[in-house]
Amino acid sequence: MQLRILRALLRKEVRLMMRNPLIPKIILVMPLMVMLVIPLVANLDVKQVNVCVVDNDHTQLSHRIIADIEAAQCLKIAMVCDTYTEAMKSIEEGKADVLLTIPPDYVRNLTAGNAQVSIEANGVNATKGMLGSRYVAQSVIGTLSQWQIENGLLQPQPDMSVIYRFNPTLNFRNYMIPALMVLLLIIICGFLPALNLVSEKETGTIEAMNVTPVSRLTFVLSKLIPFWIVGLMVVTVGMLVGWLVYGLIPSGSIMAIYLATILFSLVMSGLGVTVANSSSTMLQSVFVMFAFIIIFQLMNGLFTPIRSMPEWAQCITYVIPPRYYIEIMRSVYLKGTPLAELWQQYTILFGFAVTLSVIAALTYKKQA
Amino acid sequence: MNEAILLKDVTKRYGSLTALDKVSFSVHPGEMFGLIGPDGSGKSTIYRILATLSVPDEGEAEVCGLNTVRDYRHLRTRIGYMPEKFSLYPDLSVMENLRFFAALFGVSVRENFDLIAPIFGQLERFPNRRAGALSGGMKQKLALSCALIHRPEILLLDEPTTGVDTVSRSEFWDTLATLREKGITILVSTSYMDEANRCRRIAMINRGRILDTATPEALVASLGENLYNASATDMFRLLSELRKLPEVTDCYTFGATLHVVADKDFIPAQAEKRIRDAGLKDVRIWPAKGTIEDLFIRLTRNENS
Repeated sequence: MQLRILRALLRKEVRLMMRNPLIPKIILVMPLMVMLVIPLVANLDVKQVNVCVVDNDHTQLSHRIIADIEAAQCLKIAMVCDTYTEAMKSIEEGKADVLLTIPPDYVRNLTAGNAQVSIEANGVNATKGMLGSRYVAQSVIGTLSQWQIENGLLQPQPDMSVIYRFNPTLNFRNYMIPALMVLLLIIICGFLPALNLVSEKETGTIEAMNVTPVSRLTFVLSKLIPFWIVGLMVVTVGMLVGWLVYGLIPSGSIMAIYLATILFSLVMSGLGVTVANSSSTMLQSVFVMFAFIIIFQLMNGLFTPIRSMPEWAQCITYVIPPRYYIEIMRSVYLKGTPLAELWQQYTILFGFAVTLSVIAALTYKKQA
Repeated sequence: MNEAILLKDVTKRYGSLTALDKVSFSVHPGEMFGLIGPDGSGKSTIYRILATLSVPDEGEAEVCGLNTVRDYRHLRTRIGYMPEKFSLYPDLSVMENLRFFAALFGVSVRENFDLIAPIFGQLERFPNRRAGALSGGMKQKLALSCALIHRPEILLLDEPTTGVDTVSRSEFWDTLATLREKGITILVSTSYMDEANRCRRIAMINRGRILDTATPEALVASLGENLYNASATDMFRLLSELRKLPEVTDCYTFGATLHVVADKDFIPAQAEKRIRDAGLKDVRIWPAKGTIEDLFIRLTRNENS
């Protein structure tokens, strides 16, 4: 009996969702927009640092320093000026990010052993300034040691190289893409069920529903199940964009991703329904959901790695469900970790999903 | 004989507000019973308790011999409830709404179609129109059809004709009459006198208390007691002069005339003379027929004093 009712309820939910002018667009367009735009915008790798050099030395060595900077992968000589003021102006105008000053008589002082170059960086963009100044310093040191070896002042040193595993190009995008799908699910599977249920309260249809023999659990399930499908669709769109646009294919199994997605959309929609149960207007539910979603977004490790948070904040993240989903997504996507090794994360997500669905069913009251 | 609906000392409080105060009345099987009272008098609370949506704080209510709190599951399949607010899915079509509610009760539209056929007739012309795009009268018919699709024994209608035009209202009541003939018990609330007249018995409710249960005829007769019409050329002065008279308890404009509520000692001819002496022309005072509006005005005046 309840099964037949559930089928009727689900048919109604899907029909209403398709007929809604907004929801199908949100499900398709929002993942597309986020996946296409955010990885390009929120990009933390420093690709091109513009360097302005004040060359007061005008020797072969100073020219070599400049040429090596120009040849370095991420560095570009924006201009070579004669005065410091001129160079400062180029930083103020945003034409250069890092300023390298080679003092007069540099080579002569160098042989005497007390030569100094100065490197100044624009700190407004902290990452770019920091990395840029380090790249410039590296390049200058490289040139100098090469020069010293050539002039017999230094013995050749063994070469060192660093290899980054799992994300060989240190491409921030690869790290970002799986996490962005989490961000999408938090918003879509959190807000939509809440709004859906509260709109039934606002239109009064819930009254008519409550006098029917529909049981609490059946009704709440009819609000949760459609969002599994929505969640799976969002992740599918996300993976397609990741593959077609950024060439990123999950190195682990897609089934592992889908399983985590089903669990996580249940977590979010359970939370949404719980919030909706205690709000009487859409506005109320949106505000309360917003509070949860902001915390979920900022504490889940997407923007700030959990390991770099203070100790107490790390403890809080244990009760932030998206934390586990992001861990699963990143591990499966980038490392190809098999499901068995992530059993802890799956179990915790499953626990959250069951708890929140039960709370959603219990807080839904037919009688007052 | 078992009563179709029975309320025994039902009390319901919302915080410090007492919405229902020891309400008791009963409805016989197959009866059309009217509930009349001003807004906020507690009518909808009674409906919510009978429809198992609300639990009384004190007292008990039974519908079809089933307790509204203990046996709510069984009860829900035996009542048809139409809330005051339109409660169908505006984005589903006429047929989809009907099929949806039938499915929730585990019945098919076809097997019970004979019951709703007279109501549904006009709706059949546009089965695919969205419920939200229907006119007020049509919405009401669809809501009634959905409330009837599982063949309930008792129909609970909370102000079903609010916001519906006169012609549709009268049609709607004709439908109710045919449903009653089929043996369905109907509890209906209204604030229109002509509708109350079509009920077999009515209960008057104000501030959560049942004031009286009577036939509509008896109610109208009691309302007409010591009620008079008054008119003069200067209506405004007439109003203030009448209010000065000691036997007059209340006086208010009512359409083109004034309605005067007086006590037993009021003699129209004497009053006419006294007002004419005050300098007014064309003064006439004659007995009036009471209406529900008079009742409501009387009820709300008592409340304020």
